[in-house]
Amino acid sequence: MPAANAIGEAGSVPATLPATPTFGTLALRWYRLNRGGLRATAVGIVSLLAFLLVWHLLTTYRVVFFVRFTNVPSPLAVYASFTKAIHDPKFLMHIVLSCRRILVGFSLAAIVGVPLGLIMGRFKLVHEIIFPVAEVLRPIPAIAWVPMAIMLWPTNEQSIVFITFLGSFFPILINTLHGMSLVDPVLVRAAQCLGARERSIFRDVYFPASLPHIFTGLTVGMGVAWVSLIAAEMISGQYGIGYFTWEAYSLVQYADIALGMIAIGVLGLGSSMLIRGAGQLVMPWRSR
Amino acid sequence: MSEIIAKAPQGHIEVRNFSLSYDSIEGPVQAVTDTQIHVQPGEFVSIVGPSGCGKSTLLNAVAGFLKPTTGMVTVDGEKVNGPSAERGMVFQQYSLFPWKTVRENVEFGLKMRGMPRSQRERAARTLLGLAGLEAFEKHYPEKLSGGMKQRVGIVRALATGPKVLLLDEPFGALDAQTRVIMQQILTNMWQRLKISVLFVTHDIDEAIFLSDRVYCMTARPGSIKAEIPIPLERPRQQSMMMSSEFLALRRGLMSLIREESIKAMGGELTDMGMQGLNIELHGHSLADVI
Ligand SMILES: Nc1ncnc2c1ncn2[C@@H]1O[C@H](COP(=O)(O)OP(=O)(O)OP(=O)(O)O)[C@@H](O)[C@H]1O
Ligand SMILES: [Mg+2]
Repeated sequence: MPAANAIGEAGSVPATLPATPTFGTLALRWYRLNRGGLRATAVGIVSLLAFLLVWHLLTTYRVVFFVRFTNVPSPLAVYASFTKAIHDPKFLMHIVLSCRRILVGFSLAAIVGVPLGLIMGRFKLVHEIIFPVAEVLRPIPAIAWVPMAIMLWPTNEQSIVFITFLGSFFPILINTLHGMSLVDPVLVRAAQCLGARERSIFRDVYFPASLPHIFTGLTVGMGVAWVSLIAAEMISGQYGIGYFTWEAYSLVQYADIALGMIAIGVLGLGSSMLIRGAGQLVMPWRSR
Repeated sequence: MSEIIAKAPQGHIEVRNFSLSYDSIEGPVQAVTDTQIHVQPGEFVSIVGPSGCGKSTLLNAVAGFLKPTTGMVTVDGEKVNGPSAERGMVFQQYSLFPWKTVRENVEFGLKMRGMPRSQRERAARTLLGLAGLEAFEKHYPEKLSGGMKQRVGIVRALATGPKVLLLDEPFGALDAQTRVIMQQILTNMWQRLKISVLFVTHDIDEAIFLSDRVYCMTARPGSIKAEIPIPLERPRQQSMMMSSEFLALRRGLMSLIREESIKAMGGELTDMGMQGLNIELHGHSLADVI
């Protein structure tokens, strides 16, 4: 909607508002303030429905045009297997297990990565010792670690969690370091003139100043954690949503392939929303 | 107020035989040389000088952020050995903690001193009230105007009851009207607290209006070129800036600084150019010109 239009309508608001707003005026004001958000929601729903429709048409008519939709399940078939799956304890167990691996691997990465980044950012020598090793290991994709992880860890479960950990660890570490390097020195000086010692400078200046970048790292790390987890489950898993998706392919359960993919998408979306929510809770000064 | 900030007449700053040079790849850069200044307890002293003459360097050494190359800085006879809450500082850049509300910013120094929460909340509220900021105590700095940010910065620096307050061009980024209001607020707080102030500025009017004494520095390497007492009576009103006494002081300081600014610019300005500058300067501060 063009901005001029919005201004024109705002201009037509009576100059003096009634002293006690009626429900009608309140609703109208709420609508004015949230018009942008409402439109985004409406457009979003329409676009998702359009996606479903296109998917439906492509699969019903088994379109072959470079890509072959011959065996691709239709949305209705996927929905049918979804209704079946939610009553199937095995499917739920796949999801619970994947979530648990993410929770453990990602939490460990955050618990190790954030403090390590903070310490490396503050103490040059620690940085000089650890950074080269991190730089050498960082470009290795977590999937390339699968054989090594299987050798390193006694159980399959542990090696999958390890790979999830690795995937999220480096984004978290690097972003924390980046945040530390951008801390405004004037704020450190201001704290020093107010009597802050090393410990409180760390806690009250360096840490909160780095938080926005730490949360960027956590968001990116969560994404990579899912990528790594699914790959690891497909290769070496016995359970988990990645394994479920791969198994569906082996068993020619085409509808389940799409179901697995959608489940992975929803879980990934949900976990990054959780992190964004946590970020808003922890950094109230940044919410607007 | 007096129970928040206990005050005995103290805060005697003494800078003796001071010089400071920075290390750089081309060798040492002499920023300040052979400088003596002092601030008596409760005195308001300004430092003016051309850009790059070492005003911030000098102030940062008094704050304890820089070590003098030669000479020394003492406050009440004690050698300055690093930053401390005894010397409050207000910076030219906004330096409030963005993650703390206005009141939490003001409380920070008190928290560092180990004051219990309820007590420091009360102290911060009182101080914010004096600066007319009580309505903003729960705001985050991002939502404040520039003038308000600097006001909170001053309140924060004063909250711990420092012996001296150091200000490095605190109003440099503010518009002319806000600047005048800030000068009044600073004067009021200074008179209430009887604290020693060392104030760095580009603005000659500001220096004269605020100070008991003004040091004028030479171009780099900076040293003290002149020390000018400002015998204007207090309380001072904005209208005083038109008085003949004020204008005479202003003319004196202006010509001192002009010589140094020309040196700082490499003495490239011709006499003709200077005539132009001379006319321009009426009604403008030096900061507007250089
Ligand atoms: N870290 C540094 N390394 C090398 N030279 C420096 C450093 N900091 C400042 N200088 C130089 O020292 C001189 C004095 O700097 P200073 O910041 O004290 O000047 P100033 O009077 O505060 O200037 P301004 O009015 O522009 O703020 C300048 O010429 C500057 O280039
Ligand atoms: Mg400076």
